[in-house]
Amino acid sequence: MPRRGLFWAQLLFTLILCAFLIVPVVLSALAGLTENFFVGLESGLTLRWVWEVWGLYSQTIYLSLIIAFACLAVTLLLGVPTAYVLARKGGRVSRLIEETIVLPVAIPGLAIALALIITYGGFRDFRASWAFILVGHVLYTLPFMVRSVLAVLSSMNFRELEEGAASLGASFWQRFWTVILPNARPGILAGSLMVVTLSIGEFNLTWMLHTPVTKALPVGLADSYASMRLEVASAYTLIFFVMIIPLLLAMQALSRENRVIATKRAERAVLQERTAT
Amino acid sequence: MDRRDYPTLFLLILPAALVFLAFFIVPMVRLAFVGASGEDGLAAYVSVLTTPRHFESMVATILLSLGVTFAALAVSTVAGLFLVRNRFPGRETLISVLTLPLAFPGVVIGFLVILLAGRQGLVGDVTQALTGEKLVFAYSMAGLFVGYLYFSIPRVILTIMAAAEKLDPALEEAARSLGAPAWRVVRDVILPALKPGLIASGAICFATSMGAFGTAFTLATRIDVLPMTIYTEFTLNANIAGAASLSITLGLVTWAALFIARSLSGSTVAASG
Repeated sequence: MPRRGLFWAQLLFTLILCAFLIVPVVLSALAGLTENFFVGLESGLTLRWVWEVWGLYSQTIYLSLIIAFACLAVTLLLGVPTAYVLARKGGRVSRLIEETIVLPVAIPGLAIALALIITYGGFRDFRASWAFILVGHVLYTLPFMVRSVLAVLSSMNFRELEEGAASLGASFWQRFWTVILPNARPGILAGSLMVVTLSIGEFNLTWMLHTPVTKALPVGLADSYASMRLEVASAYTLIFFVMIIPLLLAMQALSRENRVIATKRAERAVLQERTAT
Repeated sequence: MDRRDYPTLFLLILPAALVFLAFFIVPMVRLAFVGASGEDGLAAYVSVLTTPRHFESMVATILLSLGVTFAALAVSTVAGLFLVRNRFPGRETLISVLTLPLAFPGVVIGFLVILLAGRQGLVGDVTQALTGEKLVFAYSMAGLFVGYLYFSIPRVILTIMAAAEKLDPALEEAARSLGAPAWRVVRDVILPALKPGLIASGAICFATSMGAFGTAFTLATRIDVLPMTIYTEFTLNANIAGAASLSITLGLVTWAALFIARSLSGSTVAASG
């Protein structure tokens, strides 16, 4: 079938939109690898700025990775059991709890950070450690873990599997480890990716909660934007993109896969119904 | 096995509940009290209306967020509908590009705006070559608008594409066979069907824009959006009560926007810029 004019107009529009999102990213990558951005690409390509950034800011990158994985550990420990309880209980109380857990995402990070500083800023050692930033990150990322696991659990009949295991004599914890966790895996994986990605890039809370000794990556970025030459700031941004873009691509791939699994599950359910009747 | 599990279920949710109570509920309640502890007392909560500087900042932030929301909805609906309805090579790549910036922090987006429209930016170079005059708008309201639009598009387009996938092509077919022109099919069939998705993503977009801090921070504009005003009150003016009361007001606005949208249209999850 030949494409109509409307198709090409819409394609052009979509391409312009894509260009708007991707051109600045490419510009920043190029600027970070160019000898002199003001002169342009003719001045030659170099890794000089990347090394300079590494020398100046590698601590911020390590710190952000530490915080991101600590945040992942905490959200797994707190979030997966919470999602299971919410899926089990259902009803109005569950929805109210879910609504409360999502609050830190609905309220601007600035407000939450101020609240934490006002309440716990007096505990000097705690305030000066990266655990203070971690607290903010956990509040902000927990809803994503809970929602992600909850979505997978709600899309399948885990109660039936559990009852099967229970009738064979499995205790609660045996069921939780061998039935619930393996079945919730796609949700746990997607939630984990989301938590790590968000934690590495979170600025609002991190900026407010950091101290001179706990500078994480986004703080370093803001610092370089304010005080470094454009090439150094760009090289730093490039390093950040190299860290974050694979995570974002993995997240996209996973959500495609989960959608396929969900469709298959639905198809199987329909088939079962048909064979039953 | 149902009731017997309840103590265990309680144990499972207890750690999360305690962390949440200690690090979110208690601090937020304290913030609300501190907000009323300044010279003005409870009146601090209406300072958004009574202090001219705060009022201007509130109005500017609301107008900017509304403008960004409508622009993001418009462009994302066109592109999202197109991507859902057509199959062609490279389609997956385009979707990937459009949703990639989902977790870019606001500071980085501010920097991207500088590269695009700053003093050494691409737009400046192109306009200089074309007209001899350099167009620089990164540090103005237009720069903020471009930055906010940048982080809004991925969020909005995901929701709109999900909603568009559920559209029933038979309805459009019926409208067309009854002789409806294309624009009426869009107005009377497609847009009403997309409405829940538009409301949900519009609310996410509005709430995110109201609370966005990083982009304005990087661009260091003289336009005070509300989060910047709060930050200035807290750090430069040491007006803790003022910062607290403004934060609570801002939090109520963003939460209300999301809550209203959710009750109108089902679930939403935002991620702040």
